[in-house]
Amino acid sequence: MAKDTRPVDPSGPLLDIRNLRIEAKVYPPGEAPRTITLVHDVSLSLQKGKVLGLIGESGAGKSTIGLSSMAYGRGGVKIAGGEIILNGRDIRKGGTQGIRALRGREVCYVAQSAAAAFNPAHRLMDQVVEASILHGVASRAEAERRAVALFKKLSLPDPENIGQRFPHQVSGGQLQRVMTAMALCSEPDLIVFDEPTTALDVTTQIDVLAAIKDAIRDTGVAALYISHDLAVVAQVSDEIMVLRHGKLVEWGGTRQIIKEPRQEYTSALVSVHEIEHQEKEPGASPFLSVRNVTAAYGGGKIKVLKNVSVDILPGQTLAVVGESGSGKSTLARAITGLLPPEQGSITFAGRTLSNRLADRSRDDLRELQMIYQMADVAMNPRQTVGTIIGRPLEFYFGMGGRERDAKVAELLEKIEMGRGFVDRYPAELSGGQKQRVCIARALAAKPRLIICDEVTSALDPLVANGILKLLLGLQAEEGVAYLFITHDLATVKSIADSIAVMYRGEVVRYGPKSEVLEPPFDAYTDLLLSSVPEMEIGWLEKAISGRRMASAGN
Amino acid sequence: MSSPILKLIAQRVALGLLLLLAVSVLIFAGTQILPGDVAQSILGQSATPQALANLREELGLNDPAIVRYFRWLGGILTGDLGTALSSRQDIATAIGGRLWNTLFLAFWAAIVSVPLAILLGLLAVRYRNGWIDKTISGLALASTSLPEFFVGYLLVYFFAVKWQIFPGISTVYDGMPFLERMKAIALPATALTLVVLAHMMRMTRAAILNVMQSAYIETAELKGLSPFDIIRKHAFPNAIAPIINVVMLNLAFLIVGVVVIEVIFVYPGMGQYLVDHVAKRDVPVVQAVGLIFAAVYIGLNIIADIAAIVANPRLRHPK
Amino acid sequence: MLDLKRIPVTAWIGLVLTAGFLICAIFAPWIAPYGKGEIVGDVWAPASGQFWLGTDNLGRDLLSRMIYGARTTIFIAVMATALSFSLGSILGLTAAVVGGWLDTGMSRFVDLLMAIPTLIFALVVLSVLPSTLVTLILVMGILDSTRVYRLSRAVAVDINVMDFVEAAKLRGEGKGWIIFREILPNALSPLVSELGLRFIYAVLFLSALSFLGLGVQPPDADWGGMVKENKDGIVFGIPAALIPAAAIAILAISVNLVADWVLNRTTDLKGGRGNG
Repeated sequence: MAKDTRPVDPSGPLLDIRNLRIEAKVYPPGEAPRTITLVHDVSLSLQKGKVLGLIGESGAGKSTIGLSSMAYGRGGVKIAGGEIILNGRDIRKGGTQGIRALRGREVCYVAQSAAAAFNPAHRLMDQVVEASILHGVASRAEAERRAVALFKKLSLPDPENIGQRFPHQVSGGQLQRVMTAMALCSEPDLIVFDEPTTALDVTTQIDVLAAIKDAIRDTGVAALYISHDLAVVAQVSDEIMVLRHGKLVEWGGTRQIIKEPRQEYTSALVSVHEIEHQEKEPGASPFLSVRNVTAAYGGGKIKVLKNVSVDILPGQTLAVVGESGSGKSTLARAITGLLPPEQGSITFAGRTLSNRLADRSRDDLRELQMIYQMADVAMNPRQTVGTIIGRPLEFYFGMGGRERDAKVAELLEKIEMGRGFVDRYPAELSGGQKQRVCIARALAAKPRLIICDEVTSALDPLVANGILKLLLGLQAEEGVAYLFITHDLATVKSIADSIAVMYRGEVVRYGPKSEVLEPPFDAYTDLLLSSVPEMEIGWLEKAISGRRMASAGN
Repeated sequence: MSSPILKLIAQRVALGLLLLLAVSVLIFAGTQILPGDVAQSILGQSATPQALANLREELGLNDPAIVRYFRWLGGILTGDLGTALSSRQDIATAIGGRLWNTLFLAFWAAIVSVPLAILLGLLAVRYRNGWIDKTISGLALASTSLPEFFVGYLLVYFFAVKWQIFPGISTVYDGMPFLERMKAIALPATALTLVVLAHMMRMTRAAILNVMQSAYIETAELKGLSPFDIIRKHAFPNAIAPIINVVMLNLAFLIVGVVVIEVIFVYPGMGQYLVDHVAKRDVPVVQAVGLIFAAVYIGLNIIADIAAIVANPRLRHPK
Repeated sequence: MLDLKRIPVTAWIGLVLTAGFLICAIFAPWIAPYGKGEIVGDVWAPASGQFWLGTDNLGRDLLSRMIYGARTTIFIAVMATALSFSLGSILGLTAAVVGGWLDTGMSRFVDLLMAIPTLIFALVVLSVLPSTLVTLILVMGILDSTRVYRLSRAVAVDINVMDFVEAAKLRGEGKGWIIFREILPNALSPLVSELGLRFIYAVLFLSALSFLGLGVQPPDADWGGMVKENKDGIVFGIPAALIPAAAIAILAISVNLVADWVLNRTTDLKGGRGNG
């Protein structure tokens, strides 16, 4: 092994960032390019072997700060000021050679999407050992031995041979662990984890999270752990730094941040999942019944729904929970008629709905509205908010002129947005506002049921919280029922009256919320429930030891 | 090389052959759309009924179109391309030497333009948004707007007339010494190169840029690799397939560009032969030459697709 | 939205030159100093105060011929582009929205047409058809509509699977609303910039055909035909053929500059960060 000749100051911190200022050039439409500041004079320090969590919403600058420890800026991002002191020297003064020498040696990076971050043309092993060999940390044989040991530690299947595979031959959760092994292979002092579990299913996330945590503990490496999910960060970090709009909000020990937050913004983040929702009585008879529905893609080849039956009660919320591939969105497509079921029937208000969308009456279409996950592609970018909300009014009720405008204004009030938004285009709205406009469009049809397909998944936690509260309020006012599709169990607890848990196209558990969330559980529901990160220190260890069923991805 | 790849390649080749068959139908049909018939158009409005009847008999025009098509196709499959109406020559014999001339010209144009385009494309990516990139892009934009004959006659005007370096008319003959022949095709080959260069370079630039913006390039940068190593180890293996694709598309483009260039330089190739016989309304020649051009074009596209299949790690190493 | 000061210099050059060519084309009889077939001087006389661009192979004023040639070239190219565009975009959008066998059938047929190089197929067809203006426009327009079909179908397929179109379908909107109100406004910018490129292609294609003697027939002449008429002068060092050739190049470059600007302007709408 090559001798380590780095200057080390045993007393100072490993990483000391002082007054970091990061700027980017933006090209706004119809205006001259200008420079905006992404990170405003943020300082942080990290001791050897410690983990600092960086948390914040999108645009908080957390990834940008993380990458600055490698003197790297994406796209037009530039480090404009401040000092980045790593192992006792300012890396910005090291020049290109100096920066290249530290990347992959002193600091390594784990990306959000390992699937995109691995080169599809090379075997995993060649990529894992590349940095070690490049920087002379180890010979090829030694680096490969070390890689296999890391694969074992990260509990990857077949650790001796997995390195011989290509990235596309390995699942997402496993790739994320291989990427962690790649970062650890050259024995760096610091690893930047950039949302490493965000793209994974919840039952896979917990395994990867546990593997990362063990690896950090056993190798004694320090880490910057970046995430938008405070509960996740709390499991792995010694300290947490809360960021917003590129500025520091609060920085403290993990226990202090989640138990005694000092800033209002932090406490909002901590209590984000705590919406009290009283389950409604299941008394009334269902107005929409899905009976033994089976549906498939590809001309019957790929069965995505198997014999599914659920009921929706007037003015209540049925939450359909499952991971990717569980068929939950397909259920919505079957109910709306976009994917006509092969077998089974859907009855709506006492009559059987035609399977095909084209055969349904206008009234049936009106009473069944839908809201999408991605609000920005759910609205025509060339139409104004007024047109978007006004169209259902024209289309279903023949409203026009002033009557329609007044109604649009009323709907805008309902979604807590003002009249001023009527002439705006979707691109001029924030993520939360876009989703609100979509809600107003659905409401305009005076529906009895709104299908909500992952409507909060693409939003930051606080914004998502606002949307959930709005939906609950509207339900109380209008008596509309929701079919709420989500992968997020915390959301389910906040909004559902009854719950259907789906797994590989089947409903594995179904009933009122109180019953579904009470033991005894079936194996899958148990796995799912135990995988949802809780804002508790030590939750991860408890959850792992209590696991009864292997993760669905493995 | 595993069997799924061979199967895909076999499928692609079979599809290409099927396409070629359909193209032959289309080319044949394309010469049948005339509101009178071919005989009338050959002889003109003033032809006597007797002459028309004779010609119809001779061309077999009294048979139904489908019979004539299969007769024609059968001939092609046995190497008989028919007889030219205007000269009474056997078409296959007349084409032989000309096909060789055209391929010779296209070959040298490709030998020069392909490496040059890839090199310039790489330079444009390396110095992206710098003056080299902007100059190259600007020239590319301009040269896609230039008609072939503008480029061709400019070359003739300066190199052949003003400075008298190369001949303005590219006479070649059998048994011509190699260097003489190269001198004769210098100007048409240059013109062809200029015609395809800009387009090929622009597409190469786009293909490489697409690869360079992938997340795995960032990973390589964050491992501390030098820019040269990043291109060599991480960008190049993924850029081969798109670049081969670009090259093949442009070679197909070059094959077509040959038609006009040959006329400019009076070069005895397939293009000149085709144009002459279109003017003479010599349908059998036009059909035969049109089919050969289409076959080359389809063949190049098949090669591009096969290259993409072979270079794709997902297909080479299936799950 | 359209701020004159924000139009880049290159786009200005393109706009001014394109407008100049259009004016020549429209007002040819009033602008041209001599008639288009009028023999006014020696063969291939050099440029002079009397004949600004000299005379051609028959002693006609080259400038006047150029101006009338602009009319022929631009007229045929515009008609062919209009045909290819309306045919290609309507069929392309319809194929994308209707889908099914109609889409498959039309797309396979277009694949087939595109498997033959355009120029070669045009030559095959022109070998039996009479060389008239209508034939030229039809052949050029139909063959080129395959490109427009491909583009508009691809663009529309991308838009058609977006959630806002699905939302309109769920609402129960008809095909007309979906094509014209939901998809078309979003497909317009790539289509408009393609319009410029198709026009350039039509000009180059027509010029190539005429140059080969298969396009516009004498005594009428477009620019490509004028290159053919005067090409024999080149070997004697007379650059008369280069002038119409250069005019084609300048027209094509001007339209290209405008199309490039339109494309950049519309992609600008998305905003976002540049790549430093």
